[in-house]
Amino acid sequence: MHLDHSHDGPAAVSADAVRPDGRRRALRIGLGGPVGSGKTATVAALCRTLRDELSLAVVTNDIYTREDAAFLLREAVLPPERITAVETGACPHTAIRDDISANLEAVEDLEDEVGPLDLVLVESGGDNLTATFSRGLVDAQVFVIDVAGGDDIPRKGGPGVTTADLLVINKTDLAPYVGSDLQRMERDAKEQRAELPVVLQSLRSEHGVTDVATWVRERLAAWTAA
Amino acid sequence: MSSAVRVSVDEPGAVGAPGAGGAVASGGRDSSVDSGIRAVARIRAEVDARGVSRLPVLEGEGPLAVRRVRSSGQEARVALVGAMSAPLGGDRLTVEATAGVGARLDIGSSAATIALPGQSERPARYDVRLSVAEDAELRWLPEQLISAYGSSLRMTTRAELAPGARLLLREEQVLGRAGEEPGALTSRLTVRCDGRTLLDQELSCGPGAPGGWDGPAALAGHRALGQLVVVHPELAHSPAEPRMLGEHAALTPLAGPGLLVTAVAADALLLRRVLDEAVRLVAW
Amino acid sequence: MSRATLLVLADGRFPAGGHAHSGGAEAAVAAGRIKDAAGLEAFCRGRLHTSGLVAAALAATAALGVDPLLLDDAADARTPSAALRTVARKLGRQMMRAARSTWPSPELDALAAVRPKGAHQPVVLGLAARSAGLGPEDAAHVAVYEAVSGPATAVVRLLSLDPFDATRVLARLAPELDRVAADAVAAARRVPDHGVDALPAASAPLLDIGAEAHAGWAVRLFAS
Repeated sequence: MHLDHSHDGPAAVSADAVRPDGRRRALRIGLGGPVGSGKTATVAALCRTLRDELSLAVVTNDIYTREDAAFLLREAVLPPERITAVETGACPHTAIRDDISANLEAVEDLEDEVGPLDLVLVESGGDNLTATFSRGLVDAQVFVIDVAGGDDIPRKGGPGVTTADLLVINKTDLAPYVGSDLQRMERDAKEQRAELPVVLQSLRSEHGVTDVATWVRERLAAWTAA
Repeated sequence: MSSAVRVSVDEPGAVGAPGAGGAVASGGRDSSVDSGIRAVARIRAEVDARGVSRLPVLEGEGPLAVRRVRSSGQEARVALVGAMSAPLGGDRLTVEATAGVGARLDIGSSAATIALPGQSERPARYDVRLSVAEDAELRWLPEQLISAYGSSLRMTTRAELAPGARLLLREEQVLGRAGEEPGALTSRLTVRCDGRTLLDQELSCGPGAPGGWDGPAALAGHRALGQLVVVHPELAHSPAEPRMLGEHAALTPLAGPGLLVTAVAADALLLRRVLDEAVRLVAW
Repeated sequence: MSRATLLVLADGRFPAGGHAHSGGAEAAVAAGRIKDAAGLEAFCRGRLHTSGLVAAALAATAALGVDPLLLDDAADARTPSAALRTVARKLGRQMMRAARSTWPSPELDALAAVRPKGAHQPVVLGLAARSAGLGPEDAAHVAVYEAVSGPATAVVRLLSLDPFDATRVLARLAPELDRVAADAVAAARRVPDHGVDALPAASAPLLDIGAEAHAGWAVRLFAS
């Protein structure tokens, strides 16, 4: 439904690459994954890493609070006007997949108010393994799981694990404490995902969010070149 | 249209209850005729050369008696004192009050107005028409309207404001006297400012009202409700901040140079307490 | 009119943002005013005859082709709660996006151009119905149904109410929905001759008060 409409007015774009004023819009990357897997921490780390080289903004989709937005504000990873919270009515997956209108408006308002932007990160509310972003909302999506959630999650698959453009297995530093087998998780993930990339990360390590940031830069280069 | 006296009801404190039941006097309600009283009160304030507001028009009629009240400042003050209990079924009462350019007019009432059942099957009508000219100020702060069991009243309050006019308006509806079921009441409040409608809201309650009027969306068992409207040109560029006044009252900016406090309460006393606080907060 | 087109517009999954809103039910649940299916029914009935009627009349009038900006002003005057005006415009903007994608029309484009941050949702809904080839009766029916289906869905989530109970509430209200929609259309048809003052202005005090309270909460499931 987002392919066959005109550009001659505001608020018409969905996944279109061009804004109503003719400029190419920002790349939109979604970050999804179960509750507590480290989505917000990954977003915060990405902001700290990329904010000096890119113009970026964040949309959070909290489930019943504005806590994720509040966390990002408190951590001061971006100026407050670059962070917007969308309320999801107890249904976080609906807001990023089935009815993306509120998120699209949040993204467009950010571009209008603090743009031009290179990148908008859209963080979903913590949900289950089936929650994925609509292609009408984001250009690429990252699915974040963590080792503490059980090392059988990659094997179990599900739309997030198998189809996300990047799978992040987070909190690798905790693996010894929760008895998770990192090699097995990585092997299972790669089996589920064929050619799609997998990153194992610990935000507590010196390497931190580097691999995800590199992947984001590659996506942005491809987006800008397209 | 002539003034009338009617047998009073035993209602201490009610507007116009003249004491012990009197006989129907000349010009009064004839119980054999199924029609109510028509009465109009007219009030007009104009400012004189010294900046003092005068009352060139001050006319009451029938149950709508009006009295000049001594004023400490430059404003004109009027009290509606009601010469009998009204409105009854079939009555048609109208109050027209105007504050001319630059005038300041303050209107109150001496006691609550009680809508009572009458001989007529038809509902009573009570229409208030307020008009505030440029740079004028009107305070419309009558006592409560009580909708007694068996009564039926359709009330409309319409305020027309010119640019720069100021208004402080309070309405309170009490559903039933103590421990009594309410009558049928529909009340519409419209405030127009510079030709544009700033507020238009209607409340219906009691027998015959659309379903759910006493349910969790509307009144939820509360028996008193009130509105306080403030219109002031300054509110156009610095709108009021929304805020709660306790659990059952909220102050909200309107889409224009005004604000509204909406409150519900268990009874008239509790309601007045909240609205008095609101007046202190918002009156200029 | 196409009955199937009406179903597309009325579908709760029509992507216009409604899922994030409880229509005041979250505030009423928190205040203890809705505890069960009976409370939900009373709430829905009250909402139907007040803001539901007003929304339906606005939608029906917009569907008739009356100037949507006049109706937008009329909606402002009939929505004293600032929180509810914000919600109505937000949902109007979301409805506008979905409608322009689904049933593009110059009338929708024109309203979107002058109200880029959103017109009141019922006005946009009515114009969407018009763009879809539907009439005022259809628009009014969608509006009255939204007035009760939103709270019903929300209360299922908020109270873990049996979904069959909630659906039975909606079914029981159906004849009343039809009557209110008919009243709304009758009011809408008076507007061309008598202006927007002919539109109903029914209000529900606790919806307005609850909306203002809810807007101040730090923790909530629904946006309104």
